[in-house]
Order: sequence, then C-alpha cells, then structure tokens
Amino acid sequence: MAKGRFGIYGGQYIPETLMNAVIELEEAYNRFKDDPQFRKELDYLMINYAGRPSPLYFAKKMTENLGGAKIYLKREDLNHTGSHKINNVLGQVLLAKYMGKTRVIAETGAGQHGVATATAAALMGMECEIFMGKEDTERQALNVYRMKLLGAKVNVVTTGTQTLKDAVNETLKEWSRRVHDTHYVLGSVMGPHPFPTIVRDFQKIIGCEVRKQILEAEGRLPDVLIACVGGGSNAIGLFYDFIDEPNVRLIGCEAAGRGLHTKKHAATLNTGKVGIFHGMKSYFCQDEYGQIAPVYSISAGLDYPGVGPEHAWLHDTGRAEYVAVTDDEAVEAFEYLSRTEGIIPAIESAHAVAYAIKLAPKLGRDKIMVIGLSGRGDKDVAAIARYRGVEIDE
Amino acid sequence: MNKISGAFLNRKAFIPFITSGDPSLEVTEQLVIKMAEAGADLIELGIPFSDPVAEGEVIQNASMRALAGGVTVDKIFDMVGRIRSKCPVPLILMTYVNPVFAYGTEKFFKNCKEAGVDGIIVPDLPYEEKGELTPFCSEYGITFISMIAPTSGSRIRMIAKEAEGFLYCVSSMGVTGVREHIGDEVNKMVEIVRSVTDIPCAVGFGVSTPEQAARLAAFADGVIVGSAIVKIIEKYGPDCIPYVVEYVRMMKNAVKNCEGL
Repeated sequence: MAKGRFGIYGGQYIPETLMNAVIELEEAYNRFKDDPQFRKELDYLMINYAGRPSPLYFAKKMTENLGGAKIYLKREDLNHTGSHKINNVLGQVLLAKYMGKTRVIAETGAGQHGVATATAAALMGMECEIFMGKEDTERQALNVYRMKLLGAKVNVVTTGTQTLKDAVNETLKEWSRRVHDTHYVLGSVMGPHPFPTIVRDFQKIIGCEVRKQILEAEGRLPDVLIACVGGGSNAIGLFYDFIDEPNVRLIGCEAAGRGLHTKKHAATLNTGKVGIFHGMKSYFCQDEYGQIAPVYSISAGLDYPGVGPEHAWLHDTGRAEYVAVTDDEAVEAFEYLSRTEGIIPAIESAHAVAYAIKLAPKLGRDKIMVIGLSGRGDKDVAAIARYRGVEIDE
Repeated sequence: MNKISGAFLNRKAFIPFITSGDPSLEVTEQLVIKMAEAGADLIELGIPFSDPVAEGEVIQNASMRALAGGVTVDKIFDMVGRIRSKCPVPLILMTYVNPVFAYGTEKFFKNCKEAGVDGIIVPDLPYEEKGELTPFCSEYGITFISMIAPTSGSRIRMIAKEAEGFLYCVSSMGVTGVREHIGDEVNKMVEIVRSVTDIPCAVGFGVSTPEQAARLAAFADGVIVGSAIVKIIEKYGPDCIPYVVEYVRMMKNAVKNCEGL
C-alpha cells in the first residue's frame, strides 16, 4: 500500500503552506515513536496520569437482561479527562514537545478532545488554543469552561454549520498562519497523512489491552467488537489489533440522527460518497456537486460529515461492518446502561451500546461481545434531560 | 506557447480573482469582460466550495453567497462559454479538489476544454497529490497551476521544475485576505525559482494596494489580487462593476509601471 494510503483512501490533500509541517511531523514521529526515552515518558503518563490500562468490565446484569452474548465493556470512560481522547493527546503533545513546538491547537466537537488537549498542554507547559463550533459551545458549555480552567483559549467558530467540520477548517487555517511553533493535535484518525496513522497508533492500545484482558478472562478472543464512529479514533483503537483475526466481527456505529430517511444524520459510510476533504480521500456526506453536507447528530462528537480513511478501507473490503443508530436509540441506550449497570456513558458511546442491545440477544450465550465505552456521560446529562423535556437547574 | 504563458510575454501581468456567482452569474460575466477591457491579463474565476480551507473570511463569505444563490459547476461552464464568445482573456478556474472529483474528473476537464477554460488552480492539491488531476489536464490541454509558499523551502525547486503556465507564489503564511504588510520572503522564493526555471512567478495572498502591487511587480512577473476585489463586490453588490473596473485599471497601471525593470 502506498505511503499514507489505506487502499485508495488517505493521502495529503492540503495547501502547500502546510506540506512541510506534515512532512516534519512524519519524520519526527518515525524518529521518536520507538525512541526509548519517548516511550518511557509516554508509558509513564499512560499508566500514572491517564490511568491505563482501562478495565475490561463484564456487564453481568446487561448480559443476563439481554439474554444472549456475554457483554464486556472496555472502560475508556474511566481514563483521566473521561474519554479515550487522552491516549492520542498525550502521545501527540509529547511528540510536539520533542519536536520543539511550544504551542498546540486543536478542534473539538463534544469538547472531550479539547479538554484532553488543554489538559496535556497544561501538564507539559504549552500554550493551547481550541477551536469549537458555536453550536457545540452551547450544547457542551461545561466542557468549554473546563478548557478555560485548564488554561486554554477557546475560539468560538461561527462559520459554516458552526460544528465540528467548521472547527477543523478553522484549526487548519490557524495552523497555516503559525506553523513554525505550533502543532495541530488532530483529534481523530482523519486529516492528511500522517495523522490517521499517528492517531491510530496512539489509540491501538485500547484493542491491545482488550486482547490481553479477554484472554485472561475468557481464554479466547471475542466474537464481536462494537464501537461508535464519528471520525473513528476509538473504533480503530479497539479494532486495530484484531483486523487480522477474521473470526472477530468488527462493527462501527454511525449516527443516524433523526433517521437515514431524513437529512438529519451523520452516517457517512451508510449514505456518503467517496470524496476528498480535510486532507484525505475518504467517504463524505456531500451533494452531487461535492459541497460538504451539513450533518446532524444529538452527539456533538459524531456530528462530522466524514470518516477516517482506514475505516473507508475496512468498509470497502468488508472487514468491518458499519451500522447506523438513531438519536432515539442512543438516548434509550444511554438510560438503559445507566439503570442496568450504574454506568452513564457518553452519548457517543451510547450509539455502540444501542447496537449491542439489538445484536446481543441474537447471538448465542457462548458468544463474547466487547463494547468500546469511549467516554463518560457527565457532559451529556443536561442534553439528555432536555431531550426528555426534563428541566434541571445546572 | 499557450495563452497563459502568453499573458506574461513582455509584460507584468495583473491577475484579478472573483468568485463565480457573487453576487450573480450575470454580474460575474460582465465583470470578467470589463476587467479584461480594463487591463486584466489573466482572470481567476472561483468555483465556490462549502469549506474553503485556504480562504480567509472575505472569499469564504463570497462562496457562501454564491452557493446560496444556486451556483453550480454546470452553470459556471455555461457562463465561461458565453464569455469565450465575446472576450479572449485567459481564464483560470480556482477551486478545491472535491468539487472536481464529485463532478467526475474526466467530465470536468472535458467541459473545461469545451467551455474555453485555460487553467486550473486547486489549493488543496499539493505536488504529492497533483496526479489526481494532471493526467486529465494533459489530455484536455488545461494548464495545472502549482503553488509555492514561504514554508516550501527545498520543495520550491521540486515544484518549479514541473510547473506549467506560471507559479503561484503565496506571499505570506495563513489564508487569503488583505495584509497590511508583506514581508521579503517572497523575493527569496522567486529567486530560488529563477535559479531552476524561467517560468513566470505571480505573487498572491494579501495584496490590495497599488504600492504593494508595484513593489511585488518589481521582481515578480505578475500580481494576483482576490480579497480586495471581492470586498468591493461585497460592498456594492449588483452595482459593483464600475468600482471593480476602476480598481483593476489602477492596479494594472501600478504593475505596468514596473515593466522593463
């Protein structure tokens, strides 16, 4: 496969102003990824700062209640800052520091990646600016305040749809203004090469841990892995170590929003077409003239019109399945997991839980399913209350 | 020699940019013809894109206005065809790769040829990825314009060696938009290009005043102005034509005064 490509997908479709920056990043990554000092520092942070390894929890009540496959939850929600985002961010910010950069910038949708970036920047003494769509700053106000508490400047993006896509645009523009001292901490397995590879490598720890943990618990590999997919970093993190295990089904859950029959969804692989945007060739929700479509999901983190190029490739080759889950189904799963297991999941992760609720009863009791619980739901509680018409005083 | 290279022959080129369909395709058509009459040597026509990551606020807003007005690639080809029957000025389309890819790359360039388009600029298609379009450019005789930036460094020679038509030299970091100050980096970029090829160098990004244009034209072969013109169009809307014409004439004079330097 060509450098930076997953089949026909991937590439480096970015302005010339940024080309040397991604080349420099690739060289630095190749130099430091196996450097003993870099690995030692990163491993220390992963264990003692982020809280890895995250537990693989057997959801006994859920398993009994659904009456099918044994269900395990990979608890990325228990990481420091509350989601899988910290895995990638610690890696990238440490790399930026090794590269001599003094400033990091990042886009964020739900705010989890922004909070993680602001956290790592505070830890490593770097200047930090976060770009977030205006609509997302309103639905994730608590995370905006967290980022500010952590010392980051939050730039409210008012262009376009004022969501994650536009936050990515503005962060790319800011990077092209000030590339000499700034690293763009891209938050998912997307964007120009080498980002999809770097982010996947920092996230593959999720699946590597699952392999070890499930072998300890069950003595064999799982039958099914399920994760939500926006850009797709937590899903690829869970899947990657199992891609060469043909007996393990890989299932990604996209946001069907108010339904695939409406225009209010963000189900890229289910409804999108191949295109070139945000530095990569992949699938995108777009119109017949290639204008990127406004997308929608109750979850700000899944509200993105594209998907990482490696997922596009896994989709085309049939190695992974991509299904769509509606807002309604995600909200029900959010409440179900809260009641059943005492775990309030991120609304993103609730998309994966929702599909597991459908699939588990169809599988035999001898089957094993692992759900990637990518984040915790504290940030979404107010949004769920609003969805249910409940008034709460924050 | 093709029409694009010819536009630099024995003169310093002034190259205005406007967004097709802002404020309407009828006005765009008139603007092209009138700007050519006022001295524009080449004209860049933007195909609006929903997410133009190389553009500043002014051109991004123009794209939004044009898209809201219902502009499509097909309508732009029709307009170029009409312009071609009245005006010989070389026309270059400026757009992002996805509108070309979604339209169908081969169909896009076939239509470019039929409509009379001379070249294309795609800011999100760097040297490494230009193979996405260049085979079709060659097949249909459309010049692919390459860009270099202050951060290009050692890439400048590599890009310049394969460049066709002219090299678009990005004057400063960041996105399109008026700058108060343009640094000296661009002089160095042009010098490096001159050491490997004699392709014309046109400087863009941030240029708005006759003084800036004259200073750049003193060492470059052409000057590209976008945001400053789009701002005039934004201000005057459908009545913008005389104001744009006056501006183009002033800028062309500033550039022309450097000829023979």
